[in-house]
Amino acid sequence: MNNGKNEQEIKELLKQAIPPVRDTDLRRDLWPQMHRKLEDRPAPVFTVPWFDWALAAILGAALVFYPGSIPALLYHL
Amino acid sequence: MELLERFAAGNLEAFEELFRQHQREVYAWIVRIVRDTGIAEDLTVETFWRIYKCRVRFDPAGNFRAWARRIATNAALDHLRHSRRETDLPEDLPGASAGDPAIRRETRERLKRAFFQLPPKYRLVATLALIEDEPYDAIAEAAGISVALVKVRVFRAVRMLRKNLASLRLEVTTK
Repeated sequence: MNNGKNEQEIKELLKQAIPPVRDTDLRRDLWPQMHRKLEDRPAPVFTVPWFDWALAAILGAALVFYPGSIPALLYHL
Repeated sequence: MELLERFAAGNLEAFEELFRQHQREVYAWIVRIVRDTGIAEDLTVETFWRIYKCRVRFDPAGNFRAWARRIATNAALDHLRHSRRETDLPEDLPGASAGDPAIRRETRERLKRAFFQLPPKYRLVATLALIEDEPYDAIAEAAGISVALVKVRVFRAVRMLRKNLASLRLEVTTK
């Protein structure tokens, strides 16, 4: 039996078992729900994880105390 | 400033306008995947929440509709991954073929059970391709995968369903 026929058979049986969704109309405006969610959990515009700050601090300290590492850092960038 | 530019800049009124323009379409896409109106409403809000969170990454010159559909598909897929809920089987099924009603009913039940046991990523493409008759390219765009991969997943889903039915010693033929 070829793949196309296989697929067609399963497709027909599936549509009998699980009919396609016919009613896809949204019955109400979801904006009030969306607005509540935005008020409860305001989305941050831009956040930097704490470990990124820690990494930047370590790197900054290393450059201040060991200026000789600057060429090596630039080489590896 | 255009609507999409204002949205990307974080303007809440622009976001509301986009929400009202696209909520029905996003809902209609999601409800066909999750097959539950209440869950689809929640996932529509979740989709727009993700859209709002990621607004800085949106290119105002890009296609908002396609971007929203991609995020909606991911939200629906996340739901499928965390849920094993089954939809109710309607009593009056369309297009029922002739044959022993008891066997047909049992085959449908077995197939339905097998379908809901599919891994979520296969269930997603199988729902859209086999039940909802969505074109492969539309599914590929929404899921962020290639058309070839959609075909592979449909093929594998069909194979899994056939194997599952065969293991239950049911004959997969329309009588």
